[in-house]
Amino acid sequence: MDAFTTPLLAGTATGALLLIAALGLALTFGQMGVINMAHGEFLMAGAYTTYLTQQVVTNTDLSIIVALPAAFLVAGALGLLLEVAIIQWMYRRPLDTLLVTVGVSLLLQQLAKDVFGAQGDPVHTPGWLDGNIDVFGYHWPYRQMFTILLAVGALAALGALLKQTSYGRRIRATVQNRDLAETVGVSTRVVDRVTFFVGSGLAGVGGVAVSLISGTNPNLGTTYIISAFLVVVAGGLGQLQGTVIAAFAVGIVTAFLTDWFNSSMAQVLTFALVVIFLQIRPQGLFTVRTRGLA
Amino acid sequence: MKNLLQTGQRWGRTWGPLLGIVVVAIALLVVAPAVLSPFRLNNLGKYVCWAIAGVGIGLAWGRGGMLVMGQGVFFGLGGYAMAMHLKLEAAMATGGPDAVPDFMVLYGDGTMPGWWEPFRSGTFTLFAVLVLPAIAATILGFAIFKRRVKGAYFAILTQALAVAFATLLVATIKQTGGFNGLNQFTQFFGYNLYDPVNKKMIYSIAAVLLVVCLVVVWQLYRSRFGELLVATRDAEERVRFLGHDPANIKLVAFVVAAVMASIGGAMFAPITGIVSPSDVDATASIFLIAGVALGGRSLLLGPALGALAVGFGRTFLSESFPDQWTYFLGLLFIVVILFFPSGLGSAWSQLSARLRPKETVR
Repeated sequence: MDAFTTPLLAGTATGALLLIAALGLALTFGQMGVINMAHGEFLMAGAYTTYLTQQVVTNTDLSIIVALPAAFLVAGALGLLLEVAIIQWMYRRPLDTLLVTVGVSLLLQQLAKDVFGAQGDPVHTPGWLDGNIDVFGYHWPYRQMFTILLAVGALAALGALLKQTSYGRRIRATVQNRDLAETVGVSTRVVDRVTFFVGSGLAGVGGVAVSLISGTNPNLGTTYIISAFLVVVAGGLGQLQGTVIAAFAVGIVTAFLTDWFNSSMAQVLTFALVVIFLQIRPQGLFTVRTRGLA
Repeated sequence: MKNLLQTGQRWGRTWGPLLGIVVVAIALLVVAPAVLSPFRLNNLGKYVCWAIAGVGIGLAWGRGGMLVMGQGVFFGLGGYAMAMHLKLEAAMATGGPDAVPDFMVLYGDGTMPGWWEPFRSGTFTLFAVLVLPAIAATILGFAIFKRRVKGAYFAILTQALAVAFATLLVATIKQTGGFNGLNQFTQFFGYNLYDPVNKKMIYSIAAVLLVVCLVVVWQLYRSRFGELLVATRDAEERVRFLGHDPANIKLVAFVVAAVMASIGGAMFAPITGIVSPSDVDATASIFLIAGVALGGRSLLLGPALGALAVGFGRTFLSESFPDQWTYFLGLLFIVVILFFPSGLGSAWSQLSARLRPKETVR
């Protein structure tokens, strides 16, 4: 039983982490066609925000609570800055945004190295997350459950934003048909910025969860960005449900493969599985049908 | 008179690129060996290897529209194939025909995996450098292009491949040397690697290979295939409606680019004396793209000259400001892609097109 529950539960937690990281990506990719390679660095920004919060709010039980909104704002602000400074000039060349954001990602990584040091800093786990629960012989850490709760919370919040608010309606309108949305008076410029802010902010929240599991690290972003992108690719564009299923699938499959072989073999096999999956469904799990030829 | 001018223009369009290639060839093969110190010449050789891979990227990305973000993998296939042979050559020179590489004794039990065995033969190695990446690229490209996976999806898949490849190399220390990679070669097909004359010869081989790749790509650009490739980049569906299969067109460009990257990698091993995962991972792949973007992705000479420039800049900046190189690389991407999307090679025509009064359409 242990051989089954361990990878399943640990994989679900990894999947939750991937989900938080991929939600923002799927949002910006689906709406604007922008591929933000610096998204991983927003995750890193969230992790460092957690670390800094602990320096200010020394009560670790409390600091995580403070860190969550702080990380959201810091990463969101970074995303907004990126959109205003660079991305907004490039909406006509979506593939090129990929390369520009690669440059941004390199800059941010080196900046983190210079400011915080190459070694990374530890983040203390608050007392109420320090512990585990015994599930069929696997000592499931509270931290992993926290990650899952965080992902579900983020998903619910994003879902509420998209379905219940007027901004959400404008976002959905822009995703479905940008020109028509503009015609009926939606300022797609503003909508793009809001989406970028929210998507990047979500990465910051993910960074809080990452920092609890592995501390901070200047290269933290690169660890997650590729898996998060594979999730987006496998999940399909424009639909959050595909991202959700793909995130947990990738997380759990990778955990099982790691258990059976080793972590590097698991990475290679997960990649192969995604390529094979794209043979069956080239557009990902779910996709919005359009009549366009593209 | 006008007729003569037109003939001249046509002649220039046809043979001008060749003139450019000849200038590059003279600069690399005659001027550089004469004026550069052996150390600098060896460095130039390293940039030439990147440039060879860059020429392939120019073909796939500039003309084919496929942003290949994992060329490090093919660079690595060639590099590791060559490095395995050099490693065995070094071992056999001291330990007899059955000797195994030193790191296998150090980290493993001194037995060599069976797939190393054929690399004792130099002929097989050269064959593998050309054929291994071709097979890998064909399988991957076929799977991706036939299902019409393209654009950002394609770019991300290739980068994921580079990440997976590097991870695999790091994890297999007993078979591939792991994080340290393969190094400490002593000879190159029988020639002593410590002899400066031989070093110069190896540099010249790399430079000749770069010129050959440029000629191949020049001919491809002139051919019907080149036209089709650009057509596929600009309007894939129209090409399909005209009765061509874009997947096959892209596949050819992707495979040629992979083989060129592999050739670059194969020369990289004897020139630098080391091939390690950090030479072939995602970051290295992105670095290869930087040169192509700088020089001009869809030009003939742009990718090669850009790669040489970025290689030189990397050495220069690493020597002067060791930690600042990454900032420059990051800024390079942002500035070049934002302001000169078609590279510095096209900067002049881009500027003059902007300054010229707009033609009115009647």
